[in-house]
Amino acid sequence: MTVVVAVVIAAVVVVAALVVIVTHLVWYSYTSSFKFLIQVTKLSCALVCQSGCVLETLDSHVQDHGLTMPLDLGAKGSCHIGGNVATNAGGIRLLRYGSLHGSVLGLEAVLPDGEVMDCLTPLRKDNTGYDLKQLFIGSEGTLGIITKVSILCPQKPNAVCVALLGCETFQKVLDIFVSCKSYLGEIMSAFEFLDSESMELVKENLSLSSPLQQYPFYVLVECSGSNGDHDEQKLTNMLQAVMDSGAALDGTVATDSTKINNIWALRESCAAALLKDGYNYKYDVSLPLQHFYSLAEEMRERVKDHAIRTVAYGHVGDGNLHLNVTTAKYCPATMALIEPFIYDWVAQHRGSISAEHGLGLKKRQFIYHSKTPAAVALMASIKQAIDPRGIMNPYKVLPQAAKKE
Amino acid sequence: MSGLRVIVGCKRVIDYAVKIRVKPDKLGVVTDGVKHSMNPFDEIAVEEAVRMKEKKLASEIIAVSCGPTQCQETLRTAMAMGADKSIHVEVDAATYENLQPLHVAKILAKVAQDEKADIVFTGKQAIDDDCNQTGQMVAALLDWPQATFASKVEKANGDLTVTREIDGGLETIKVKLPAVLTADLRLNEPRYATLPNIMKAKKKPMAKKKPADYGVDVAPRQSILKVEDPPVRQAGSKLDSVETLVGKLKDAGLVPS
Repeated sequence: MTVVVAVVIAAVVVVAALVVIVTHLVWYSYTSSFKFLIQVTKLSCALVCQSGCVLETLDSHVQDHGLTMPLDLGAKGSCHIGGNVATNAGGIRLLRYGSLHGSVLGLEAVLPDGEVMDCLTPLRKDNTGYDLKQLFIGSEGTLGIITKVSILCPQKPNAVCVALLGCETFQKVLDIFVSCKSYLGEIMSAFEFLDSESMELVKENLSLSSPLQQYPFYVLVECSGSNGDHDEQKLTNMLQAVMDSGAALDGTVATDSTKINNIWALRESCAAALLKDGYNYKYDVSLPLQHFYSLAEEMRERVKDHAIRTVAYGHVGDGNLHLNVTTAKYCPATMALIEPFIYDWVAQHRGSISAEHGLGLKKRQFIYHSKTPAAVALMASIKQAIDPRGIMNPYKVLPQAAKKE
Repeated sequence: MSGLRVIVGCKRVIDYAVKIRVKPDKLGVVTDGVKHSMNPFDEIAVEEAVRMKEKKLASEIIAVSCGPTQCQETLRTAMAMGADKSIHVEVDAATYENLQPLHVAKILAKVAQDEKADIVFTGKQAIDDDCNQTGQMVAALLDWPQATFASKVEKANGDLTVTREIDGGLETIKVKLPAVLTADLRLNEPRYATLPNIMKAKKKPMAKKKPADYGVDVAPRQSILKVEDPPVRQAGSKLDSVETLVGKLKDAGLVPS
């Protein structure tokens, strides 16, 4: 009897998995057909488009109107804006333009009961009732399918320059961050860091070359503004200050596109370079800056005999660390050393176990490391109210137990 | 032979990644507020000159740029890479629009004579006009040998051995000094200027001159009649079967019926 029950349960799980996979395939091809732009309003800087538009295409299009998209990520050549909104994608410009929770003005979504929720507005301000779009932003497809999006696009910067700096300790990285905020202020558009292992990774696996010698840490600062001369002056003052104080041991500045792209490639190719090692244990956490790098050091020490390498890089400016461990093949012993240690560590230091990558399937049960049971219970009630039959991207985001409450 | 004195021509051009826009009057392209940078081939020339100095073949590198005030940024980049000093030959924006390789060649030739240069080095062509003329004209004006499209430069005794990229492959020639060289893509990969050098470059001397100081008349010799966008590419059409494709190819006369 128990054998029959076990077989039935196994069959249900397999069917459920197939449903999930098919749903994903249908989703992707479905949104691919929604790839038309609707309009760009130059005065209000609002872009309205269907959710299947590719981010890079949108960026090229709005540039003709003197605007730029408020987000930028390595996958821009293939990701859909609807997916970006559904996952509340972060990226390298969040520091400057804020998150999608701020730049999305409105959206249209199809609810699980088939109703089309039209909250698509290009208006900057609209305080009429509960702000429903916020629920959908970052909902990972569990509340509805986003079909149209209205986004506020910032002015396209006329001048962009990038500096790559080498420094001795992580504390110096933070010192440089403070200097940048003070000297660069509003023109700073990105502040990323790489540790020396990340730089070695991209050099080894992708044959990229660094403009600097080897340093324990690297900082990538990008400035974008309306006036190149002013920006250059601010950047020069900042560089002089960090060189004089010894925070930066060396660095380089790039103003032409080739060099800017090459320097960004060092940071943006880390993810691709990791895959070449074999298997990548990938983590994306938010931490208070004073504890930022200690996690990487502890993890490296912990897995040192069970991993090819441990690399850390990320959006220091947003307090977002991308911590990665690699092995040639998936190794349960390595995984056991990593999880739940990493989530426990992050919870202890009051960080987020998923800064921008979301929860999906693999992290849903760790939600309690960053959210209280009461908060999760409220999320489950909302899910129940909008999707009582649980058809929207099941088995994601919220843990199994929460659904029963 | 003691170190060679090298003049490097650096042109400030619209950055290669920028989407070019034709001006409404169709007499030129939009340059206001558009990102500019050093012509990539000139950057390669600067890099080669700096490497020659590091190998103790060259003793002084002078970067030269003709154009409006913003050219000074280009010169500072050259000095940050390793040029010792620079000369900005100021040409106002309006005149600059009609400045031709012959004008620039006359200026560079004069600078080379004044500075007692052994080598005049430029990029093989500028990415805005693709003229590929300035280096060759300088050689003719000075009656110096020229080694263009250089992909390798070596010094042997008093001459230079230069490998050139040509249509059929590579050609290696020997040129006596003084000579004109133009840099091709594969000559080297330009370095990134590091911070200490960027700071030092601010203190390196930059002379400000005018074309008249070199006795060169930059009055336009040509006038631009029209500048147009290339024709918009027509969208293709998706066909649903091989038969339809063959039918369309036959209709268009591209395949024998």
